Amino acid sequence: MYSPIRAILFRAILCSLALACAPALLNAATLRVCSDPNNLPYSNDRQEGFENKIAALIAKDLGANLTYFWFPQREAFFRKTLNAGACDLVMGVPSGFDEANSTHPYYRSTYVFITRSDRHLEINSFDDPRLRNLRIGVHILGEQNDSLPPVHALIGRGIVHNLVGFSIFGHLDEANPASDLIKAVSDGKVDIAIAWGPLAGYFSQHSASPLTITPVAEDFKNPELQFRFDIGIGVRANDANLKRRLDQELLHRRPEIQQILKDYGIPQIPLPIEMAQSMED
Amino acid sequence: MDRLSRPHRGVALAAIAALSSVLVSAQDKAGSGMTTNVQGALPNVHLVSPVTNGQWTMPAGDYGNTRFSTLAQINTSNVQNLHVVSNFATGIPHGHEGGPLVVGSTLYMVTPFPDNLIALDLTQPGFPQKWIFQPNPDISSVGIACCDVVNRGASYVDGKIIYNTLDAHTVAVDANTGKLVWKTQVGDIHYGETTTMAPIVVRDKVFVGNSGGELGVRGQLTALDVKTGKILWKAYSTGSDADVRIGDDFKPFYPKDRGKDLGLSTWTPGQWKLGGGTIWGWISYDPELNLIYYGTGNPGVWNPDMRPGDNKWSVTIWARNPDTGMAKWAYQVAPHDGYDYDEVMENVLVDMPWNGRMQKLLIHPGRTGFVFVMDRETGELLSAEKYEPVTWASAYDLRTGRVNEDESKRPHFGKFGRDICPSSTGAKDFTPSSFSPRTGYLYIPAHNTCMDYEGTAVNYIAGTPYLGANVRMYPGPGGYQGEFIAWDVANAKKVWSIKEKDFPVYSGVLTTAGDLAFYGTMDGWFRAVDARSGKVLWQFKTGSGIVGNPMTFTGPDGKQYVAVYSGIGGWMGAAALPSVSTDDPYAALGVVGTMRNIKSVTQPGDMLYVFTY
Repeated sequence: MYSPIRAILFRAILCSLALACAPALLNAATLRVCSDPNNLPYSNDRQEGFENKIAALIAKDLGANLTYFWFPQREAFFRKTLNAGACDLVMGVPSGFDEANSTHPYYRSTYVFITRSDRHLEINSFDDPRLRNLRIGVHILGEQNDSLPPVHALIGRGIVHNLVGFSIFGHLDEANPASDLIKAVSDGKVDIAIAWGPLAGYFSQHSASPLTITPVAEDFKNPELQFRFDIGIGVRANDANLKRRLDQELLHRRPEIQQILKDYGIPQIPLPIEMAQSMED
Repeated sequence: MDRLSRPHRGVALAAIAALSSVLVSAQDKAGSGMTTNVQGALPNVHLVSPVTNGQWTMPAGDYGNTRFSTLAQINTSNVQNLHVVSNFATGIPHGHEGGPLVVGSTLYMVTPFPDNLIALDLTQPGFPQKWIFQPNPDISSVGIACCDVVNRGASYVDGKIIYNTLDAHTVAVDANTGKLVWKTQVGDIHYGETTTMAPIVVRDKVFVGNSGGELGVRGQLTALDVKTGKILWKAYSTGSDADVRIGDDFKPFYPKDRGKDLGLSTWTPGQWKLGGGTIWGWISYDPELNLIYYGTGNPGVWNPDMRPGDNKWSVTIWARNPDTGMAKWAYQVAPHDGYDYDEVMENVLVDMPWNGRMQKLLIHPGRTGFVFVMDRETGELLSAEKYEPVTWASAYDLRTGRVNEDESKRPHFGKFGRDICPSSTGAKDFTPSSFSPRTGYLYIPAHNTCMDYEGTAVNYIAGTPYLGANVRMYPGPGGYQGEFIAWDVANAKKVWSIKEKDFPVYSGVLTTAGDLAFYGTMDGWFRAVDARSGKVLWQFKTGSGIVGNPMTFTGPDGKQYVAVYSGIGGWMGAAALPSVSTDDPYAALGVVGTMRNIKSVTQPGDMLYVFTY
């Protein structure tokens, strides 16, 4: 059976196996983006994700052809794609990430609680006593020696036995593997889920039963835990010119980009004033 | 069978039938339960199924996984004459783990992905290619494999070469024609499951384990029918007793390993489904006790705080009946592993005196840094002694089987572990040791690396930002990173060693009745060492780093040969591949910290070397 994702993966992997994807400088006529072929709401190989829409907008402004290098965003994604020279940028990276140089952020989101609206749970704090008994769905990153920050907050409170893990990678041929967790809330398989905002916002829009999403409150017992992240476009560390060009573009197209994010149901936390000011410099 | 040049098909088939019957009769003999005190062996040191016919038909050569050959034409007095008589490039510059087989006058080698099987004709000068079989595995598996696209070898039985492909299939190929006989799916790559290990065959069954513990794959041992490839049973590493194939015959030696459904109850609800415990190392077999032995990998997912409990049956040594798959005993080496100490290492089976009486031993040089000696009939731990610097635990209590762990080393979020030795790659990895019954020594390819879990860093995967702990590995104390150790099993101590300053020893080992021990280095030296004194008698610089296992055989001309792969790769060797940056100390799951200089001493390679004297 022909699978477009497979076909794309095939080409991408041949390239990585042949060790022959020579790094190319940014060609003015081409904007090369490394992207996951199956990771809505961000991207897919039919270019239906919000990152695809924003990339198209930017490419048009730059007068560039938009091309994609598709690769699943798993372990070593940045090493095998952006930093191997297979493309010039990755549409989403968190600020402070050391495998790519991030532009100014174009959105800030947060981890959120997801519940069925008809349950009226209205939980926003890790200290809510009901969390000790509810079945809590969380994403499992699997191949890293890590968990999501909200999971650390729960574990630190001894809330472990009622966690239900969902692989964030799911099945390779399954559309939108990250959506399983949100669907489990809708189906009642878990009482509550915790997920990164864009995943929660987008998939709850398409939920059979209405869902409520609530940003997680700061955890003052664990001040080192961070639940909000700023997301910008990632370029290679030495690509200062491209970064500058993209910063200008993100500022120039801020209203359109905001509209795209809104269309995809991405929960946003306003970026700080000083950030907006620095973007205007 | 192939000594006739261009044999008539009928003749060849008859020859295969004849050879099969020779092998079957050898197995029958082994099946009678006789252990052997091979010529020149120490008194009372017996092997379960020594390689005596000059062939090499299974991954370790022998069921007991001693990797000892009785061949002695090449010995301490003539080893300096060793020279290359053939080399062969597979064309695939990735980690060449495992080693070739020799059956009759054909040498068989399995390449890294795409897992081609190449047959070489040992009757012709230069050993030309007879045929190549290309299984064309699903290329998606390449994006999934954690640690390079390796394959650890094949088994021969009944006219077939049987091995695994990266995309979780087992294939049987006609050993004479190179045509596919059967192909069976044994796992699902879509959930991150791959197969890299070398299967073994006991009578009418093939045993296959899986890889992918980093992705939350559930470990499983699959038994397939040799004739048809049909799956007969699976024994999982987590889940209910029924899934794990634990029944009334299950008699673990220690109370800590007894209880109902421990594969469920030692996990938080449902977590066992992503429980790891994969089986990607070596399997041994004792014909007399009729038990197979293997170890399981780390628990999934890595983060230990998410999985309170012992997490059975990860990091466990198993004894099972190969006919039914039912467990005889199990010993969990490291409950609730927090360091990725897979214990999939080889289990070397030797009968020798222990505490004054003959005992059936299982010797397991562990990733945890201890050499474990066990009674392989009962699962009792007889000895656990450190062979490299170890800080995560001080000792094992032989009475309870429990490890005395240093809890202060265990990393938790916001509290980071430092000076954890060995690092996650272990005091040795899967590359197998060898035991010589002539010296009573186990020859261990060892590492000396430690690690810190330090700081948090912003990370990003599948569109999800999070804070991750950085794992940094670095050379352990003593100013060396690798060590080739001669370990006196009876006295549980190091006799001599050769220290490798810059890199771990990451090759397998071969010992022979010529009192030689062979091993390779990550910078490409292939060495022959005096098995008694540790003196390096001969060495040859191959084209790439060695991460494969040397083997030896008698050619059609009656001469002894030694063969080894040269092709850097695998987990630690991945640092030499062009796609891995050695500027990033956290790359390749942290091993780059110890492998920083690898690119300056070796490049990827793809060669088989064959030597004679």
